[in-house]
Amino acid sequence: MNGGTGKAIALHVAVIAALFALNFVLPAYHHGVLARVMVLAVFAMGYNLLFGYAGLLSLGHAMFFAAGLYGAGLPMVHFGWGVPAAFAAGLVAGILLSLVIGLLALRTKGVAFMIVTMMFAQVGYLLVYYFGSWTRGDEGLVIQQQARALHFGATRLDLTEPVTRYMTALALFSIVLVATLIVVRSSFGRVLIAIRENEERTRMLGYDTFANKLAAMVASGAICAAAGAAYVILFGYVGSTFASIQYSILPLLWVLLGGAATTLGPLVGTVLMFYLIDGSGDLLKTYAPGWNISHLGIVGVALILLVLFFPKGILGTIRDRWARWLP
Amino acid sequence: MTPLLTVKGLSRHFGGLKAVDNVDFAVMQGEIRAIIGPNGAGKTTFVSLICGRIEPTSGMIVFDGNDVTNLPPHERVRRGIAYTFQITSVFANLTAYDNVALPVQRTLADGRGHGAVHADVMSALERVGLAGREDAIAGTLSYGHQRLLELAMGLALKPRLLILDEPTQGLSDGEIENFIGLVREIARDATVLLIEHNMPVVMELADRITVLNAGSILAEGTPDQIRANAEVQHAYLGTPEEEDADG
Repeated sequence: MNGGTGKAIALHVAVIAALFALNFVLPAYHHGVLARVMVLAVFAMGYNLLFGYAGLLSLGHAMFFAAGLYGAGLPMVHFGWGVPAAFAAGLVAGILLSLVIGLLALRTKGVAFMIVTMMFAQVGYLLVYYFGSWTRGDEGLVIQQQARALHFGATRLDLTEPVTRYMTALALFSIVLVATLIVVRSSFGRVLIAIRENEERTRMLGYDTFANKLAAMVASGAICAAAGAAYVILFGYVGSTFASIQYSILPLLWVLLGGAATTLGPLVGTVLMFYLIDGSGDLLKTYAPGWNISHLGIVGVALILLVLFFPKGILGTIRDRWARWLP
Repeated sequence: MTPLLTVKGLSRHFGGLKAVDNVDFAVMQGEIRAIIGPNGAGKTTFVSLICGRIEPTSGMIVFDGNDVTNLPPHERVRRGIAYTFQITSVFANLTAYDNVALPVQRTLADGRGHGAVHADVMSALERVGLAGREDAIAGTLSYGHQRLLELAMGLALKPRLLILDEPTQGLSDGEIENFIGLVREIARDATVLLIEHNMPVVMELADRITVLNAGSILAEGTPDQIRANAEVQHAYLGTPEEEDADG
């Protein structure tokens, strides 16, 4: 057990170090992609906490990501808030939303939980249009470049500058990765896994399973909102697409591909899926121009194949076959 | 001496079926009490009412002087009522260690236990004879060992009342022998409520026996009294009209 802990810590440090090193070697395009992917991987890690560890399949996590996006983006555009205040606002919006949604949706289980979360997310999506005068609907809002900076005394850190942006994304990713690792190896993490495996038995061991699931929901919502807030700050755009059903399905897909209930699975899944969609677009255009398959088609096919043939994902399979210590 | 557990007028009806019907029942501190009865007599429903897995239709449950009738099951566990399942339900995909760590960290968080998770897990495993198997995935253990693991989980809750629902079912004679010794040891600091079909086990362990039949208490007494009771013999052997009471 202790040997496993050492290996797990070494692996996580190595991954963070590798991402740091990639900053210096990647060509501009991939450098930009990876910065974006790291933020989206944070979204996936938040989803993984609830789905992978606690076993709660939500189909509405776009609402938590969007809570972070709009929670941070709207005050920046309309009230001229600075980056730290906007980020905090996004985070708080996600925490409050996940608390309320958790209190309501966790009264249901299984398929009903999936439907209820999806419906709430749909309400969130429609609210973006309802308040169109503030959000500008699917057209969205662009955050001015000069607003996207951090100030430390006289020093100004321009978050639109590629390296700064990459490092900021890496910092957020690393914090969330380490936090996830700590949480899933804590006694709380053990309870979440127990709830996933057998909720009734967990209750008969003296656990208030509702309270534990609610805590998981809020932690998950907070992480997803942090990703959303970081996204709008680093990439400067917020639009209704991010609140649509597509952004509820994507984190599920990333997590399934990388391996549910593995700490690094979300990163692996997000990177691979991004390049799969990116690469397949060109290939399809060249070799099958008449098929007219959008990237959503690729997502759908990937999801079906994964569930049918590869339910444990990449890291889940590796853990089963070769590395039981993998957290 | 006041009883540790008192049940008054407890009923649970499923539609027209009176699974448990107006039962009055009390267990003294430190006692090993066996509950026996033919299949479908309501034994599992009765203990499920006590530990809170099922809500009663009417009646009252008093544990250690407090009314616990309306408490959710996890609150009752925290007060010291532990239940081990009739059908083995260890966490099959987790290690034996994690299975026991769950109840251990609960008792520590409640302040009912003292010490460290690791030490307490190891001592619970050792107590049931599973030391050295902590890294095994629970689902890969033999059936007998899974039952012992289940018992270790119950022990780790540091219960004041431990409810064992058919614990020897599916165990070999040698394993049953061990098990009897283990229950005796547990009974030194906990009260035990034992549902059991294996009569030699019941006769050897129980201080008193309660016989349930069709949801009501048919008889109660020492093992010798129950053995001599004509009504009990009748209920167990049955008459042709009662054959459909199974279930």
